[in-house]
Amino acid sequence: MNTEWIWGLTGGLFIGLGAAVFLLCNGRIMGASGILGGLVERSDRSATAERLAFVAGVIGMPFLLRPLIAPQAQTHLTPDLAIVILAGLLVGAGTRIANGCTSGHGVCGISRFSLRGIVATVFYILAGGLTVVLFRHVLGVI
Amino acid sequence: MRLVYAFLAGSLFGIGLLISGMTDTTKVQGWLDVFGNWDPTLAFVMGGAILPMLVAWQLTRNRTPLVGGRFPAPPRVELDRRLIVGSVLFGVGWGLAGLCPGPAMASLSFGGAGGIVFIVAMIVGMFAAPKLGAQLDRMASAA
Repeated sequence: MNTEWIWGLTGGLFIGLGAAVFLLCNGRIMGASGILGGLVERSDRSATAERLAFVAGVIGMPFLLRPLIAPQAQTHLTPDLAIVILAGLLVGAGTRIANGCTSGHGVCGISRFSLRGIVATVFYILAGGLTVVLFRHVLGVI
Repeated sequence: MRLVYAFLAGSLFGIGLLISGMTDTTKVQGWLDVFGNWDPTLAFVMGGAILPMLVAWQLTRNRTPLVGGRFPAPPRVELDRRLIVGSVLFGVGWGLAGLCPGPAMASLSFGGAGGIVFIVAMIVGMFAAPKLGAQLDRMASAA
C-alpha cells in the first residue's frame, strides 16, 4: 500500500503547527524566505535573535532526528551544479521580490484567504510546472 | 520565551518538511510534473499545513500574541508587478532544482555539497533582490 500521502499529511500538520506556534506565540508569519532574507538584509535588528532561533530549529531538528525517524531520507538533488546555482539564485531573488515563498504565501497566506498569497501560489506553481515540462520533457536536462 | 517559541516553531517546521518528504527534490518535481509520473504528495502536505493555520488565524481575533505586541495587519489586497514577476522567477528555480527556502534549510545537514551550493546561491539571490526589485519598478514607470 502506498503510504506516502499519509506521511505527507502528517508532515504537513507539523508544518502548520509550527506556523501556528510562530503566529500565536510570537505574532509572526512563518515564511522561510522572509526569515532567512531578513537575516541576509539585516532588516529589523530586533527580530534577528528570533530569526536565528527559528533557523536553528529548521536546520538542527532534522539533523538530530533524521537518524531516528527518516534515516533513508535523501534530497536527490541534481548533480548538475550549473542548474543548482541557477535555481538557487532564482529562488533567492524571486522569493524576496515577491515577498514570500511556499510557507509564507502558500501556507500562511492561503489559510487567511489572502489574495496576494493565492495569486503568488498560482504563479509559482504554474512557473514551476512549465519549467519541469520544458527542462525535463523538451530539453531533457533535469 | 520569544526565542524558545521561535526555536519550537522552526523545529516543527523542519521535522514536518522531513517526514512529509518535501526535502526530497524528486517528490517536489514529481508533483510539478503533470505530464510525467505525477506524485500527489505535495497537495497533502499543503492541505495538512493549512488546516492548523485556518484555526490559528481564527484564534488571532480580538487577542494579542502570547509574548505581547500585535498580530500581523490584515493582508494587502493590491496585486503588483513584484508579486507576479518574483513568484514566476521563484517558480522557475523551484522547478529546476525541486527546492524552496524551507526544505533547503531543513535538508542542509544531509543534502551534501549540492545542498550547500544551493543555499549559498539562494542567499546571493536574496542579496541581489532589492536592486532587481528597484529595476523592475523603473521598468514599470518607463513602460
